[in-house]
Amino acid sequence: MAYSEKVIDHYENPRNVGSFDKDDKSVATGMVGAPACGDVMKLQLKIDANGIIEDAKFKTYGCGSAIASSSLVTEWVKGKSLEEAGKISNTEISAELALPPVKIHCSILAEDAIKAAIEDYKSKNA
Amino acid sequence: MKLPIYLDYSATTPVDPRVVEKMVQYLSVDGDFGNPASRSHRFGWQAEEAVDIAREQIADLLNADSREIVFTSGATESNNLAIKGAAHFYQKKGKHIITAKTEHKAVLDTCRQLEREGFEVTYLDPKEDGIVTPEQLKEALRDDTVLVSLMHVNNEIGVIQDIAAYGELCRANKTILHVDAAQSAGKIEIDVQKMKVDLISFSGHKIYGPKGIGALYVSRKPRIRLEAQMHGGGHERGMRSGTLATHQIVAMGEAFRIAKEEMASENERVLALRNRLLNGVNDMEEVYVNGSLENRVAGNINISFNYVEGESLVMALKDLAVSSGSACTSASLEPSYVLRAIGRDDELAHSSIRFSIGRFTTEAEIDYAIKIIRENIGRLRDMSPLWDMYKEGIDINSIEWSHH
Repeated sequence: MAYSEKVIDHYENPRNVGSFDKDDKSVATGMVGAPACGDVMKLQLKIDANGIIEDAKFKTYGCGSAIASSSLVTEWVKGKSLEEAGKISNTEISAELALPPVKIHCSILAEDAIKAAIEDYKSKNA
Repeated sequence: MKLPIYLDYSATTPVDPRVVEKMVQYLSVDGDFGNPASRSHRFGWQAEEAVDIAREQIADLLNADSREIVFTSGATESNNLAIKGAAHFYQKKGKHIITAKTEHKAVLDTCRQLEREGFEVTYLDPKEDGIVTPEQLKEALRDDTVLVSLMHVNNEIGVIQDIAAYGELCRANKTILHVDAAQSAGKIEIDVQKMKVDLISFSGHKIYGPKGIGALYVSRKPRIRLEAQMHGGGHERGMRSGTLATHQIVAMGEAFRIAKEEMASENERVLALRNRLLNGVNDMEEVYVNGSLENRVAGNINISFNYVEGESLVMALKDLAVSSGSACTSASLEPSYVLRAIGRDDELAHSSIRFSIGRFTTEAEIDYAIKIIRENIGRLRDMSPLWDMYKEGIDINSIEWSHH
């Protein structure tokens, strides 16, 4: 299968790989997917006192498109409020990376990871 | 060293230069381009002679009679002709067929078609090492079992089945035995005088011949009859009509001749390379060999690198031409059915890579492969949340995953 240049770039030079302490109250963690399905994405957001995402990190088990989708999302969410980040949609992600139809689920997973992280932050800080 | 390195000899092989040299002599106006079925002039006679020689060369590798070889377009067609042809011809004797879950799709899908036509098919579950034991076959055989189709060597995991034992059981039960030998011809011994097999499928391009040509061995003693699937001029004793592709047949013959001559020395060399590759990677953590290592052809090794997804590994190993059992490349999202059938869980099936080594693989290529496999497994595991969990001692199966 031919990958787009952007997928290859993110795959070969993934941005923001890593982890934050998930017990830290300012850290939002979203883990989505399932090993049996061939992809698991862990997205972590570090949120400052004003509710702005100051940093983001990811780890992903999955195909090149899944890795690229999560890498891209970590770039996009930085500097955004949680509300703004929550509006990032899979169609934007798949359009940016030129994902083929069989890889759309990777972009959906990335969107889900953002939403799961926001949920985690809200329940932690409720 | 030329990149990428070809390590996918189970998918197909390059045509041996000696084979190419022969093949091109049967195409142009300066060569023997005649139709082997033309009886009225020397163009035809020369082509027919070339086909006869090739038929002998193929029969030679199997210790068979050249009249037992039927040319087809490849192993898929041979499997179709054998299974449908025998099932249809002998259906009055019974409508039960036995095969295994790890067979090639060309066998499984043909059996599915027969199910739609009213046949009953039993799909045997191989053991964890990929082997279907003779006892399993014995238990499944019934009075109305008309056909058994089991492969000699598995295309994904390279394990070798005990065909001789299946042959004894089938012969005693008066059941026809078909064997798909696309992956075993030229790699391990096939002797139809020793193995009681009735039908055997072969491919040209898996053994350094061209694509688009294959053969079916059809036993004469006992005489096996088939219902033709391709009708026409009655070529190949009525079993497979269509003008014989002289150049491809000559090439396949030459490929089989070379295979017979060089099998022993080639196996030794290929096995050393395979073991070199395996030893170069299996000291890493969480590396699993899929299928029996003992009962396995020399050129195949199928490895799961746990916590690394196969397709991303294939992408990382872009300097290596290999295959993955991961499903991400297919639309279905289902990982390898062969690995599932031998009891591998989805994660390990998703993490599998098949390396297949052949005639033109060098030691330098294997060493380079080991180096980039090690580097990339490390890199991808550093990126894998599952690897982190494994390292923290978290049981991945204890987590409730959201399946999508």
